[in-house]
Amino acid sequence: MSDLFQMNNFLFLMGGFKVTLEIGFFSIIFSVILGTLIGVARYLQLPIIGHIGGLYVDIVRNIPCLLCVLIARFMTPLPPTMSGILAMSVFTGAIMAEIVRGGINSVSKGQFEAALSQGLNRWQIVYHIILPQAYRNIIPPMVSQFTTVIKDSSFVWAVGTEELTGRGMILIGRYSDTVHLFVIMGCVALIYFVINYALSLLARWEHRRLAAKSF
Amino acid sequence: MDVNNPFALYKWQALFDARDIFIGGLITTLEVTIGALVLSILLGIIFGIAGVFPNKIIRVINRIYVEFFQNTPLVIQVIFIYNALPHLHIMLPVLLIGILGVGLYTGAYMAEVVRGGIMAVPKGQLEAAVSQGFSYWQAMWYIVLPQAKKVMLPAMANQTINLVKNTSVLAMIAGGDLMYQADSWSGSNMYYGPAYFVSGCCYWIICFALSKYINKLEKKAGV
Repeated sequence: MSDLFQMNNFLFLMGGFKVTLEIGFFSIIFSVILGTLIGVARYLQLPIIGHIGGLYVDIVRNIPCLLCVLIARFMTPLPPTMSGILAMSVFTGAIMAEIVRGGINSVSKGQFEAALSQGLNRWQIVYHIILPQAYRNIIPPMVSQFTTVIKDSSFVWAVGTEELTGRGMILIGRYSDTVHLFVIMGCVALIYFVINYALSLLARWEHRRLAAKSF
Repeated sequence: MDVNNPFALYKWQALFDARDIFIGGLITTLEVTIGALVLSILLGIIFGIAGVFPNKIIRVINRIYVEFFQNTPLVIQVIFIYNALPHLHIMLPVLLIGILGVGLYTGAYMAEVVRGGIMAVPKGQLEAAVSQGFSYWQAMWYIVLPQAKKVMLPAMANQTINLVKNTSVLAMIAGGDLMYQADSWSGSNMYYGPAYFVSGCCYWIICFALSKYINKLEKKAGV
């Protein structure tokens, strides 16, 4: 057992954890931006962009994450981590677009009309009136989607990108006995669990706060 | 020039010649989907009822199951089952491992759906039924669950889409499903374009049909 708990093993695992966090962090940011842009484009019914956005959402929502990962790795010249970020951003962007659209639809139409009557143009209305209210409603589902991003980032191990899951599997390969297997997988699962549970607690807390605030 | 084109015609011909591999993969995917769906709905109903059960210990068991499976990656769970069972001298075919892994994972989401559905039914319904001489289980089965069904069905169908997509995790344990066949076939001859396109279309058709079905259910439920 003692041969497992060594500094170099810990650093090896943490190196993978760093890649997981990188993929998770950038994918979350890019997918929120992408989702917001498409959600707004569909809301304003922009001529071509709105349709392309709708098509993109309909296609990507209905294919597996692993397919996105494979395409991004083998059909683009990007390095491993970047291809992981691309795949996760594209895959999650479609889901974010649906979440944002749901949030925008939950803002009553009178808000738009009132702002229009005050002389704001469409973009000002979206930026100052619609989106702030929409975001308030969709923070809980968005945060729970963030946990899904972190979980699904483990799919990039399928193309050999060494993130947390991958590094864990490599460690298991080095020892290959029952106790080590359980301990290593337990540690890896625990790391994921702590991050995701913290995020989902945040989502729940935010949900309660918003429920208390709404009127 | 033709070699650099990922969708060159001869690559499509190679794919057509290897169609049996892909059809076999699709059948495996469908088998895993159906098996995992049945397992996850069963688990969802059991743990969903556990989530609203009067006994606190049973509610805690529901929380542990749901939080554990929702907050750790499916990949870890499936790889763990795949690697750990032989150490415990349990030999399962990889298809069953896939059904077990995906079923347990989706079951946690189904449990939340069922719990939400039951909680959407006014508490008075259960109390009224019990006052009329129904036992707890009878009241749950004949009074509460049928009313919860309307709320539950669209969300369950939504989880079924995720389940279909998640069966691709079998590719990571050489499960012989559609994604695995596409990955290994294209990995051996580098004909990525057609392989990914065709397998993507298969998943897309299944999931898109399901999402249309959800729209119909939601209209019917008046959501």
